[in-house]
Amino acid sequence: MRILTWLMDGTWEACVDALGDYPDADITLMYVIDERVTGTVRDLPAGLLGRGTSGGSRAAAIDDAARAAATGLLDAARARLGDRPARTIVRTGRPEREAVAACADADLLILARDGDSSRLGPHSIGHHTRFVVDHAPCSVLLIWPDRAPGLGTIPPPPRH
Amino acid sequence: MTTAVSLLLLAATLGFAIARPRDLPEVVAAAPAAALCVALGLVPLRAAGHEIAVLGPTIGFLAAILLLAHLADVEGVFAYAGSLAGRASQGDPRRLLQIVFLLASVCTAALSLDATVVLLTPVILATTTAAHIRPRPAVYACTHLANSASLLLPVSNLTNLLALPRIGLSFWRFTGLMALPWLAVILTEYAILRLFFARDLRNRPGTGTQPPQPAPVAALAVIVLTLAGFGAAAPLGVAPAWIAAGGAAILFGVRLTRLSRGEARRFVRTTVQALNAPFLAFVACLGVVVLAVRDSAAGRAIATLLPHRASLLGLLIAAGIAAVLANLVNNLPATLMMVPVVGHAPGLVLATLIGVNVGPNLTYVGSLATLLWRRILHVRDHPPDAAQFLRLGALTVPACLITGTIALWLAITIFGTV
Repeated sequence: MRILTWLMDGTWEACVDALGDYPDADITLMYVIDERVTGTVRDLPAGLLGRGTSGGSRAAAIDDAARAAATGLLDAARARLGDRPARTIVRTGRPEREAVAACADADLLILARDGDSSRLGPHSIGHHTRFVVDHAPCSVLLIWPDRAPGLGTIPPPPRH
Repeated sequence: MTTAVSLLLLAATLGFAIARPRDLPEVVAAAPAAALCVALGLVPLRAAGHEIAVLGPTIGFLAAILLLAHLADVEGVFAYAGSLAGRASQGDPRRLLQIVFLLASVCTAALSLDATVVLLTPVILATTTAAHIRPRPAVYACTHLANSASLLLPVSNLTNLLALPRIGLSFWRFTGLMALPWLAVILTEYAILRLFFARDLRNRPGTGTQPPQPAPVAALAVIVLTLAGFGAAAPLGVAPAWIAAGGAAILFGVRLTRLSRGEARRFVRTTVQALNAPFLAFVACLGVVVLAVRDSAAGRAIATLLPHRASLLGLLIAAGIAAVLANLVNNLPATLMMVPVVGHAPGLVLATLIGVNVGPNLTYVGSLATLLWRRILHVRDHPPDAAQFLRLGALTVPACLITGTIALWLAITIFGTV
């Protein structure tokens, strides 16, 4: 079984731990650099009218820092995984699109709920994760980053 | 006829500055436009000369501040600040947001919005990603505060520097009146960003580590002394520009002594580039082109819309019109257009500054017009995060305009403008 694990800031530990349930699988760890954020920071000086610096070196520094952080997270994930072999990928772009595209050659996608994890409900899933859950071309395992909230957090049914 | 020509020349200047074909400096279009204004009689030569003379000291002051920020960056002040923020936050997204608010407010106030946009924001992005925290809240906070927190000191924004000579307020009078609006706007931004990014901020602490950075004690000391110098110089009658130039000269000299000959040559070259002489020329030329518009029917039409009295309603209208204008033609031309018209009432000028400084937060490129033009010119076919930035801006800009202007009215009522 080929498992693709989408690691995100704040919830990656839970995803790596979930791999313990699949001892014989072929593992790929993926991190996606959100191009929209890095692109915004790179383009910010365009708003400084007249101070158009040819910020080529600055743009490269921004990309390098993002890549270094991605590699750092993947290294930490691999360390947490222990002795199991795992491939690592870093993609850059719109996170939800890159994740779906990467599922093309995977049998199972593991990702964590990245929204409000204090109660059961649709707010526990963010926009990117919702897109991937809706469009992934493979099986999806959606895990709670912490302990799942109790059933009591579901609002009562409307009285008719 | 003259109105159409002057507007056309302004549009051409701004369009060139937005499109930046072949990476040419903006003055390449602004200088001929200014020359045409004089040649076609839109602006008398004497008036153009007077305008440039008035702008001269302002431009010099700005050059000194740009240099100070650049030299501080070379000394590693911003990298150190980022690393400090990362370690102090201990991976907690909420605490990092608070620290970034503090850092960005002080950086913008002391070293200008340019420093925050070009030097601090990339550092904050690197800090958040290294800490394995979602970057959006902190990065957007930095971006917004680059504009909003530039209300405090005259040096914080070129718009403030352009307005100061025309309203007869001293450096510290300006700061005293703008302190309350500055605080009000920052608190408003914090409240809105906390709610907007509630989901991202609720995450568990990130576990990434920051690479340690050496503390640039000497550079920090020079910056603090320069700021203190602004205060000490005022009663002595020394122009703050000389203090800023002095601070920059000290940092420059200290660095130069530590470099080898080859490195020194490169350092001098990058320092001269940081002075950005083409930009300083651009501001002077822009001043002449905007003068043509101001004297035309379009300028007179805008003048009729502006209030005459610095009542609370007058201040709100001035701030609102300033924000709209800043989104139509960018903040620099908006300032150059509006300030001379409301110059008789310092309160209205300060409200105008609130408008042109907060207004650009609607988009990440400083104005709606720039965003649309970049989309039309396909500068970037998929603008990074324009939609979400716009949604956030639509919330913060009106709220900050209102709270900032009310705070200004309170400050004027308590302290007076004389």
